[in-house]
Parts: sequence; structure tokens; C-alpha cells
Amino acid sequence: MSLLLYFIIVPLGGAFLLPIISRLRESLSDWVGNAITALLLYCSVYGVITASGKTVTYFVGGWRPIADIPVGINLVMDGLSGLMLLIVNIVALLVTLYSVNYMARYTDKGKYYTLFLLMVAGLNGVILSGDLFNLFVFLEITAIASYALVAFGIEDEELEASFKYQVLGGTASALILLGIAVFYQTTGTLNLADASRVIAGIGHTPTVLFAGVLFMAGFCLKAALIPFHAWLPDAHPAAPAPISAMLSGVVIKVLGVYPLCRLFFNVYGITPLIQDIFMVLGVVSIILGVFLALSQWDFKRLLAYHSISQIGYVVLGIGLGTPLGILGGLFHLINHSVFKSLLFLNAGSVVYATDTRELKELGGLQRKMPVTGATSQVASFSIAGLPPFNGFWSKLIIIVACVQAGQMLFAVLAVIGSILTLLSFLKVQRYVFFDALKEKWKNVREVPFLMCVSMIVFALLCIGMGLLLLPQISAVTLKPAADVLYTGLEYATKVLGG
Amino acid sequence: MIVFILAVLLFLVGLYGILVKRNIIKLAIGLIIMEYAVNLFFVLAGYREGGTAPILDGDLAPGTVFVDPLPQALVLTAIVIGLGTTALLVSFAVKIYEKYDTFDIRKIRKLHG
Amino acid sequence: MKGMSVIVKQISRLMYPSILVLGVYIILHGHLTPGGGFAGGVLIAGAFTLLVLAYGADEVTTARGKWRATLGESIGIFLFWFIAVLGIVQGGYFFLNMVNHGEPLQLFSAGIIPLCNIAIGIEVSAALFAIFITMSVLKLGDKV
Repeated sequence: MSLLLYFIIVPLGGAFLLPIISRLRESLSDWVGNAITALLLYCSVYGVITASGKTVTYFVGGWRPIADIPVGINLVMDGLSGLMLLIVNIVALLVTLYSVNYMARYTDKGKYYTLFLLMVAGLNGVILSGDLFNLFVFLEITAIASYALVAFGIEDEELEASFKYQVLGGTASALILLGIAVFYQTTGTLNLADASRVIAGIGHTPTVLFAGVLFMAGFCLKAALIPFHAWLPDAHPAAPAPISAMLSGVVIKVLGVYPLCRLFFNVYGITPLIQDIFMVLGVVSIILGVFLALSQWDFKRLLAYHSISQIGYVVLGIGLGTPLGILGGLFHLINHSVFKSLLFLNAGSVVYATDTRELKELGGLQRKMPVTGATSQVASFSIAGLPPFNGFWSKLIIIVACVQAGQMLFAVLAVIGSILTLLSFLKVQRYVFFDALKEKWKNVREVPFLMCVSMIVFALLCIGMGLLLLPQISAVTLKPAADVLYTGLEYATKVLGG
Repeated sequence: MIVFILAVLLFLVGLYGILVKRNIIKLAIGLIIMEYAVNLFFVLAGYREGGTAPILDGDLAPGTVFVDPLPQALVLTAIVIGLGTTALLVSFAVKIYEKYDTFDIRKIRKLHG
Repeated sequence: MKGMSVIVKQISRLMYPSILVLGVYIILHGHLTPGGGFAGGVLIAGAFTLLVLAYGADEVTTARGKWRATLGESIGIFLFWFIAVLGIVQGGYFFLNMVNHGEPLQLFSAGIIPLCNIAIGIEVSAALFAIFITMSVLKLGDKV
């Protein structure tokens, strides 16, 4: 099925043409960028519905496996990839819609869309790739595009943040590549499905585990889990708001959490030790992330620290290893994409209108900016886990799964993290949208129409995504994704057949 | 075995540079050393004792040993990727120098926290 | 950016055609001998860089060179993409080697590989030249 290929080649083709197109007419780049992300969203919805939870494989260049041993590059779409594709492309479309007006204040939209489409191509490639080295290449494409996008404004702080991001991101990439080298030397294959078989045969030997440790360090750096988080609170706020939304919303998940899950559940086979590492990293991130967030007075920096904390919930849920825990973790992953992107877009709107991110300088914007205010309240309640918003359901599932698995301590800590999140967002709401209107913000106006549309769609998703838990809808989205992780090593059979 | 250990040692030299050095150019050099140590490790992983170039030619004696071509292809790709990241990193270092007039990361601190 | 002394100018003027020819040779023989699009492209970019270093560049030539480099980069990489996509149109597979493979070890052989090498050569030479201009000649805030 060559549909899988379109996720990669369409944005790449767009990115290659845009530098020329935008030179001819600047406004054309808006149209091209939005048309491509819309097309990708259509493809991902169509792909998920037609695949309906089954595994679809595509062999690049027509190099089919010989006697069940893969010889070429293959792309794989199973339940988990389908879910991730859906969320990446939804966020990408809404973010490009938002960028039309927001990025008008920066010069050179053509370059912006070029880098953005490269990033989307890389994200889709990481999700679909069926072998380890290809995954690394797409990961680097995404990373390089995002380094450049973080510094898009080329101001002092942006360059500094991007440099820090590059040094740590480069370290992560080197660790991952070293892991791939050790892995290849031990197993003699880079195809994930084939490697899964080989490892099932030889067991977790010390060299295989050494590669695992390198992968764990590398991908945790990309996912910004707590001991590895130093770059995130600088890089995410420094980027332009739509890029912050992409970075926090999908990039850290696709580059960090997704490969971790894929490797340790489907290739290595989950063991209690790995589960413990996941859960401890998750809980530490939840608690420390939210404590660090409480003391922040910069709107976007605060949101960045909350990203660390919320990723902790995802990893905690997935690390439980029970069907309910994995379901909750993946559900929280997509929920977090939606509400954190929305919050960053809200912050972007506030910056667009007032040119400041300091919470103490803002105040009383609710009456001046009703759409931004209302959508940010929806998002705040979602992230804090108040019913009936989507964040409530996923956190509830994770906590129930913790209790079921007998991890009472983790359940209690998760609840505490959630309460502290609520506190932190009450602070945001009070200082930005309520309180008395300050004199200098009297002439503030609501942001342009397209930015409002994008935020409203995100808010509707926040309210409506609880419906994903309905059995009929869950059967094509969440359930197959959770099954992929839960059934673990059956991945090899599903991809290669036999 | 000793060559692998030496390659990992080189990797650690790069890591040391990143962790200890305070000059952004030296940080970049540390990163590059790390990348190349990994490339070296990967190429060595494909080496076979007494192997020839992996080209399918008509007149090959039976039992000829090839070196593993896959790591070579992958390392070429990794080198090209490394070129991209290095170019970006160094051009940012140049721009940072234009903005701050220093290469010392202790003085480049506009970000709080 | 200022130029260098007369000696450097003369020698680079003598050298650069042969560097260019070597680059083109390495690109065209990429499927037969070591090298290929990337190595040849680097050589070509090196020839341009040599000229800029020797003769210097003012704002006008820099702006023009930057735009040409961007154009070359886009065209080269798009060509590569186009060759790969033609495979889908022809036989349903990305990067399908659909051209006649020919005799091995001849100049015209190996299907689409030489074509890909040429595309990569254009892309790499333009991209490296653009990197050089960005890092050495342009200052922050220049409008290009």
C-alpha cells in the first residue's frame, strides 16, 4: 500500500519546492503549507480507517523480504503508528493554520514552511519506519529542522536556547547511533521485526542490554524526562508559538516516547526491570516537573515545565505494562498533544497581542480577548484533570491502573502531581485573564480570525476527546495501539508474516 | 576487541569535552569528536578479517570473505547528517559570537533558571 | 569581504577549472568508482569557495550568489525527489530502478543511480556553497 509513502514524500516535496515558490510570491507559501498538512490529515484519517487496526507494510524500491528475512527498507503502519500519525497530522494542520497570521511578524515565511514541512516529514518517517537506522535518519531530520525553527527569530535568547538544544540533542543522537552500532554488531540486523526475533532467540545478553542502556539514555534525552530535561525549558519557550506547540505537543513524544515504547515493548520484550525504570522516571518527572513549574513567572516557560510533568504521566502509564495502564498512557499522550498545543497557542496569542510573557505584567485579558481566554480555560482544566475534559479521563485511567497493579505509592504521587498542576494553572488564569485590567492593556484586541479558529478547534477536541473511550471509536484508535504494545513480541509475526 | 574499546574511549573524550569545556567552539568540537567516534565504531563493526571489497564480480574464488557493506553505507549517511548538524551548530556559534561578543558560555546567560 | 593578494588570485584562477572538472568527473563516475554525488559536489563547492576567498565578495554578488545557491539547492533536491517519485508512477515502488540497467562497469549503466548522483551533486555543491556564504560572508540581520 503506497499510501504510507505519501506521509513522507508529500511534505518533503513541498519543502523542496517552497524556497522557489515563496520567492515568486510570499503568500503562496501559506497556501502550499496548509494544503499539504490538510492532505496529510486526510491521508492519515483514511489510512487509519482502512487499516482498522491491522498491520500494513510497504517495501521501498520493491525489495520484498526473501525467505522472511527483510533485505530492504520497509515502512510499517500498525495500530500504534496509526494513532501517532493521526495526532501528529491534526496538530500540524491546526498549527499551520495558526501560523498564517502569527508568522507574519517574522520575515521569510517560505523558509518557515520549508523547515516546518521537513519537521513533519521527519515525524511521520519516525513513526512509520520499520528499521532502526531509518528511524535514526528521520529523527535527525526532525531534530535539525527543530533546531533551526527554535532559533527562527534569531534574537539573543533564541540562539542561546537553540545552541543548548543542539548540544544536548547532538549528544542524544550520538548515544542513539552508538546504540545502533552495538545493536547491529550483536544481532546482525537493523530491521525491528527481524531484530525482535533474533533477540527472542539469544535472550537479553549483556551486549544487547548495553545497547538498550544507550537507547534509553538517548531517547530519554529526546523525551526530556527528568534527569535529562535541561534543554526543554529553554528551547520550547524560545521558539515561535506554533513551533512551541509542535515541539511540546508532538516532537518530544514522537522522538522520545514512541521509540522507547517501540524498542522496549516490541523488540526487546518488556521485563520487570525495564518497567520499573519507566515508572520511576515517570513519577520523578511528574513530581519534580510540576514543582519546577510552580515557581515560574514566564508563561511559556511554565508550560514547558508542565510538559515534562505530563510526559511523566504517559511514561508511568505505559510502564505499568497492564492493558489498562498502556491504554491510559497512550490516551494521555494524545490528550497532552491537544491541550498542551492549545496552551502554547494561547500563550502565543497573548504574546501576539501584548508582546510580553511575564505573568506579573499581564492581567484582566478575559474581556479583551474572549476567545483566547475561554479556550485557555478549557485547556487549563484539561491539563489539571477536571471532568469532563479529556485530561481527566486519561489521568483517571492511569491512576486506576496504578491501583490495580498494586502501585499505591505511584497512584498517590500521580494524584498529588495533578493537584499541583491545578494550582499552577489557577495562578496562570488569575494573573493573565482575571484580576484587574491594567492600564497599558486597554487597547488590546482579540487575535485574527484564523488563529481563533485554530484555538477553537483545539478546545472542541479537548472537550470531545473523552468520546474516544466509547467502545466503537476506541476499537479503531486506542485499542489497536494499546494492543500493539501489550502483545509485544508478536510484532515480528505481524510485520513479516509467517 | 581492543579497537572497540579505543573507539568508546574516543567517544568518552568527546563527552568529557561537552561536560567540562566552557567555550562554545570547544563544545562543538566535543560533539564532533563524539560523532566521529561513533562512526569509527560502526565501521569497525563491519570489518571482517581478510575480507575484500563487497563488489559482486564474475571471477571471485569460492569462499571469499567480504567486509560487511551495510555499516559502511550507514556511516556514510551518518557522516552526511553530521555535516548538516555541524554546519548548523557552527553557524549558530558564529551568530552567538556576533550577538554577545564572547565564546564563554558563563557569560552567555540571558535565559534564567 | 575583501580579496587576497595577486598571487593568490592568479593561482586560484588557474586552479578552479581543474577542480570543477574533477568534481564533475567524480559525480559522473559515482556508480563505477569511489565517490559520487556527495564527494563531487563538495569539490565543486570548494572551487566556488576558493574564488570567493581569493577575489572577495561585495554585497551585490553575495546576495546574488546566495539566491543562486538556494535555487540550485532546491532544484537539485527536487530532481532527486522527482526521480524517486517516478518509480511510483512507473512501477508502484518508490526509488524503483526503472531505467535500463545496461552493461555493468560502463559509463551508461546502473539505471537511475547516475541520475541520482547528478541530482545529489547539484544539491550538495549548492548547499555547501550556501553554508559557506552564510557562515563567512553574511552578517546577522543582512537581508538576503
